[in-house]
Amino acid sequence: MEKQWHEMTADEKQEAQFKKLLSPKDPEGNDLKFQSKEAEANYKASINRIKDAVQLKKTPDRVPVALLPSMFPFFNAGMTIQEAMYDNDKTVAAFRKFILEYEPDMHIGAAHAGPGKFYEILDYKLYKWPGHGVAPEHCYQCVEGEYMKAEEYDLLITDPSFYFRNFYLPRVFGALDGFQMLPPFTGILEIYGLAFFFVPYALPPVQNTYKALFEAGAEALKWAMAIGGLNGELTTLGFPNILGGFTKGPFDVIGDTLRGTRGIMLDMFRQPDKLLKAMEALVPIMIGMGIGAMQQTGNPQIFIPLHKGADGFLSDEQFKKFYWPTLKAVMVGLIEGGCIPFPALEGHWGSRLKVIQDIPKGKTMWMVDQTDMAKVKETLGKNACLIGNVSSSMLRLATPDEVKAYCKKLIDTAGKGGGFIMGNGAFFDEAKPENVKAMVDFTKEYGLYK
Amino acid sequence: MAKDLVKTLADLKEKEALKIVEDRLSVGEDPLKILDDARRAVEIVGKRFADGEYFIPELVYSGEVLKAINDMVKPKIAKGGEVKRAGKVIIGTVAGDIHDIGKDIVVFMLDVNGFEVLDLGIDVPAQKFVDKIKESGAPVVGLSGFLTLAFDSMKETVEAIKKAGLRDKVKIMIGGGQIDDQVKSFSGADAYGKDAMEAVKLARGWIGG
Repeated sequence: MEKQWHEMTADEKQEAQFKKLLSPKDPEGNDLKFQSKEAEANYKASINRIKDAVQLKKTPDRVPVALLPSMFPFFNAGMTIQEAMYDNDKTVAAFRKFILEYEPDMHIGAAHAGPGKFYEILDYKLYKWPGHGVAPEHCYQCVEGEYMKAEEYDLLITDPSFYFRNFYLPRVFGALDGFQMLPPFTGILEIYGLAFFFVPYALPPVQNTYKALFEAGAEALKWAMAIGGLNGELTTLGFPNILGGFTKGPFDVIGDTLRGTRGIMLDMFRQPDKLLKAMEALVPIMIGMGIGAMQQTGNPQIFIPLHKGADGFLSDEQFKKFYWPTLKAVMVGLIEGGCIPFPALEGHWGSRLKVIQDIPKGKTMWMVDQTDMAKVKETLGKNACLIGNVSSSMLRLATPDEVKAYCKKLIDTAGKGGGFIMGNGAFFDEAKPENVKAMVDFTKEYGLYK
Repeated sequence: MAKDLVKTLADLKEKEALKIVEDRLSVGEDPLKILDDARRAVEIVGKRFADGEYFIPELVYSGEVLKAINDMVKPKIAKGGEVKRAGKVIIGTVAGDIHDIGKDIVVFMLDVNGFEVLDLGIDVPAQKFVDKIKESGAPVVGLSGFLTLAFDSMKETVEAIKKAGLRDKVKIMIGGGQIDDQVKSFSGADAYGKDAMEAVKLARGWIGG
């Protein structure tokens, strides 16, 4: 009898995931109909290439190439980011055009712009976006702040969901103000006094919050259907989406959007024990977030953007004490759950390589932005698949010949023996189309393993 | 005997440092002397940062403690006695970009290294840099940017400075997330600095101090 999911080892789970990816289904659960034999062959070849690159057991037939853009597809289609954010059809058309024009082996889907109207309905304050604080042609940008106060760690540690709903969400979404009035669900126990817990739902601020949620949900669904439909279509054309969802390391959860950079750095001195305890409380939650996304999308690759662990932010000692242990715990938990953690080393990470190379072999893929790829290969690359390293400045400013020369160097060093996926190093907005093309075409030609 | 404020603050002992300031103020000591000690302490913090002993958390923390000391001491100062500064540096995040963490670190490091920093903030239009150069006569301009859109804004800012006839009067340095030497050439800036210490070195090379 076949083993149940919960009885499988991490290795078996990963194999099962790839097996599932190799026989994709349509939304009705039948075998997916590809648009041509060639499309089917391309799709399967790409999945096999990622599998070999990730597992480090076998050299793939050639270096796979992925394009992981931010807003580039919209510039490429001659539209502003504002247009893409407010028109799902335009988003879909631009992304389809982008994939068909550049033909990468794999992509990460069209979710980057997101639905502008949805943000408006919720009165989202954490970001400025086109028409709401930044120009129509510019990308949305985060507004750093202390959305969690220094004295609120105990609340976060005790009940993260309650804290998020009643404190954090009303601060970052104007329309979710009514959440502040809601009691915790965990008080709902028996008939005596039960009705008291439901009184707030009769109050106008709470009702307005729920109205906003229904409206926002409808917008989110329309958008998700549009980009989900495109995903399915691109699969039938032979282009797999390799992104199954995302999660974060606990230090970045707190340092990016809860306490902010300044806040978390002060906490490292003023209340280190609470910070450590809160990060530990977030570990199972962040693991669950990744596994949940994998179950929903059927894709095991779970993206983890890494920010405050980059060179220069923290000392080695601080990195080892505050940043790495809980990040590693999240990755190990994801691996045990059958996911392939897909962390991105944004910026420079040369000083961290010796520490982060200590991860289970053949279970992760790391997007590398500007760190010296030869050094990454010698360390982290022994245990993990590497992806990327063509920089944003190169895609935007170099010549196609320079891009090709750089890709050659990458294939010769990082690609040696497998375990490498060509790609951009950071999610890119503006780029020269001929440079993006050069990266893909050159890899397909030169990247064959003999 | 009162503990040494310079050492206590440089070692980031917040509570002790604030207590020393409180004690010294309560016995009627010259507030300017206290501020001078605090400034010397933060200079040591800057030096330790440059030497790789301290990192950004220490800079942020020392800045926070310094602010608290300033708040305690400033009301006691009759007239502001300004410290002599090495030279002026204009800093800002270029148009379209609202990121400020990197810029703020550069501002802090230039400040503790004795420069008078004119911080124009974030999303700064090219013309505002031009106006500030005219008004202040600062010989160094630092352009910060985190996103690729900053490449164009940096180029436009350098061009605006050129058009205003000020290009030979200032040295321009750039830095931030996706910035490198290639962007330096593209934008027409004089130098790219990979971190805050580079910014200090560049400014020193251009104006001394």
